[in-house]
Amino acid sequence: MSTLEIKDLHVSIDTEQGTKEILKGVSLIIRTGETHAIMGPNGSGKSTLASTIAGHPRYNVTSGTITLDGEDVLAMSVDQRARAGVFLAMQYPVEVPGVSMTNFLRTAKTAIDGEAPKLRTWTKDVKAAMAQLRIDADFTQRNVNEGFSGGEKKRVEILQLELFKPKFAILDETDSGLDVDALKVVSEGVNRAHGEGNMGTLLITHYTRILRYIKPDFVHVFVDGQVVEEGGPELADRLEEEGYDRYATGAGAVTIAAADAAAQA
Amino acid sequence: MTDITTEKARIGAPSAQPFINGFTEEGESLSPLNAAESKSPLAGEAVKRHSHGGGVGVPDSSRAGRLTSYKLADFKALTGMEEDWRFTPLKRLRGLHTEVLNGAAPSVSVTAPDSVKVETVGRDDRRIGSAAIPEDRVSANAWENFAEATVITVPSEVQVEGEVSVLLAGQGTEASAQHIVIVAEKFSKSVVVLDHQGTAVVSENVEILVEDGAQLTVISLQEWNDDAVHASSQQIKLGRDAKFKHIVVSLGGDLVRVTPSARFTAPGAEVELFGLYFADAGQHLEQRLFVDHAVANCKSNVLYKGALQGRNAHTVWVGDVLIRKEAEGTDTYEANRNLVLTDGARADSVPNLEIETGLIAGAGHASATGRFDDQHLFYLMARGIPEDVARRLVVRGFLNEIIQKINVPAIEERLTEAVERELAATNH
Repeated sequence: MSTLEIKDLHVSIDTEQGTKEILKGVSLIIRTGETHAIMGPNGSGKSTLASTIAGHPRYNVTSGTITLDGEDVLAMSVDQRARAGVFLAMQYPVEVPGVSMTNFLRTAKTAIDGEAPKLRTWTKDVKAAMAQLRIDADFTQRNVNEGFSGGEKKRVEILQLELFKPKFAILDETDSGLDVDALKVVSEGVNRAHGEGNMGTLLITHYTRILRYIKPDFVHVFVDGQVVEEGGPELADRLEEEGYDRYATGAGAVTIAAADAAAQA
Repeated sequence: MTDITTEKARIGAPSAQPFINGFTEEGESLSPLNAAESKSPLAGEAVKRHSHGGGVGVPDSSRAGRLTSYKLADFKALTGMEEDWRFTPLKRLRGLHTEVLNGAAPSVSVTAPDSVKVETVGRDDRRIGSAAIPEDRVSANAWENFAEATVITVPSEVQVEGEVSVLLAGQGTEASAQHIVIVAEKFSKSVVVLDHQGTAVVSENVEILVEDGAQLTVISLQEWNDDAVHASSQQIKLGRDAKFKHIVVSLGGDLVRVTPSARFTAPGAEVELFGLYFADAGQHLEQRLFVDHAVANCKSNVLYKGALQGRNAHTVWVGDVLIRKEAEGTDTYEANRNLVLTDGARADSVPNLEIETGLIAGAGHASATGRFDDQHLFYLMARGIPEDVARRLVVRGFLNEIIQKINVPAIEERLTEAVERELAATNH
């Protein structure tokens, strides 16, 4: 049983116009076996939270803490966090030219486990996981994410989730850009990983659609860098009907959207 | 931390020529010049035996106007101010541009299947000059001084299994001249490896004739010792529907300057020019290539990738692509990517694209010099891979893109190992 605890987290980024605060005091506790959905409009800071937990250097934590079973996550480097059991399925997985999937998966697995996986079972595991996610076998020969479609990249993120077996999975808008078939395949993968009982899941999404396939235990609504409402799965249903309009805060949200856009430029 | 600049190079002439009719300052407007006078697969040759500045109507600033001649005397002494020498430290050429090149040239030993003809010939052999004409003083100096040439001929319609291996072993530091001729006759298919090793101070001319329908790959490996100085003009002349792949790999040597020029003489031909270089502290690795689209419906694709590490590691890449007025239907792309691994290294990258007709299939150029891509690094580290391992993985990956194109397993393996050694040298 593990606990990922985020306490009063404040995060800012540097832009040409100066420092922008994006997260304005976020607190969350995720335990093994739980699925938390974070929902919110564009620019509310959802993805910033995901990247901050993973340790992306663009985001500066100005105050607050993140701990994993009491260990200070913020003191860890990006790779240490991953080895400690944090996995971020990225919204925009980057292409790494020249590094083959085979080589990449084995190198990462070796780093995370602290020892090289046994070649025979590893190859079998990779093949089986790929088949379940309906990823062509020849992808292993291709370079990491190179020339993959948006849907293929997301499946490959979930492939890694299933192979690396993290303590906590953070899915950053994994559902965006997926058609229904791909969404089902990806959701099944997440459910399989979650179903093993050793993982907590933080699901970040703009849409309620994925929540038909992945059932959250808790739903948190993010607006303007803060959690404005929390509840059970029924909150997602309500959002589906009403949208985010009732949380509209006017100018604040617009500012964040601009800052996000600047950060991604 | 990200420090990436994507330089959109000027289209057209690089030098500060005064305003020329039809050229804007950026050289973007199509040239009104009648290129009939300059239309030639060997630039000056077809215009006249030699030329001073490309003949009638061609501005000196155009690559078409580059002086070409078999005579050393036609080239002025170098000052370092010349467009094509401005990046080269002349002091380190060890006389290749000033001395009589009568030192012992690197010994040539060729390993080839029986179907391939290998000859050592004198200066008067009719094949000398069939594909090349010197484009600079150092090349002309070698042309004037070489004693004998090695001619490798792949006869018509012969498909060579395995590769033709040419070992060029340096014989010391006396300035010398070398001449190699490779002829791929009609419809032949072959791979030739020029393997430069040891210590040498040498100016080398490599003539490569790819006849109609022939497919030829030439791999030029520069794995010299640290004290070697090497200038290599590798000129390729392509017939109708010929296919040529060139892979230039420069790893060793104090100063290495490779200048490949590919010239189309008939439609339907294709060239792929690839390069890989890895410069350590103090090394100067220069590559200047020229693709002359003088006829219609030919294709060229250029990709050079370089890594640099250590103080005063210097790489130069200049890519001149000329699409002449007659070269309608041309499809061309050239790109150079550099990865700077440490402070104190310098990568110069200049893609030049001159377009004299609008009736082309495509023309593009790109250049990017960056430090490690932080996004790559973050992705790999977010998968638990430590920073140093991730960096090695990325550099290997970066250069592997070229190595993968070689398709000769033994050489791919050897180069992978060589890159590993380079990486190990600074613990990246």
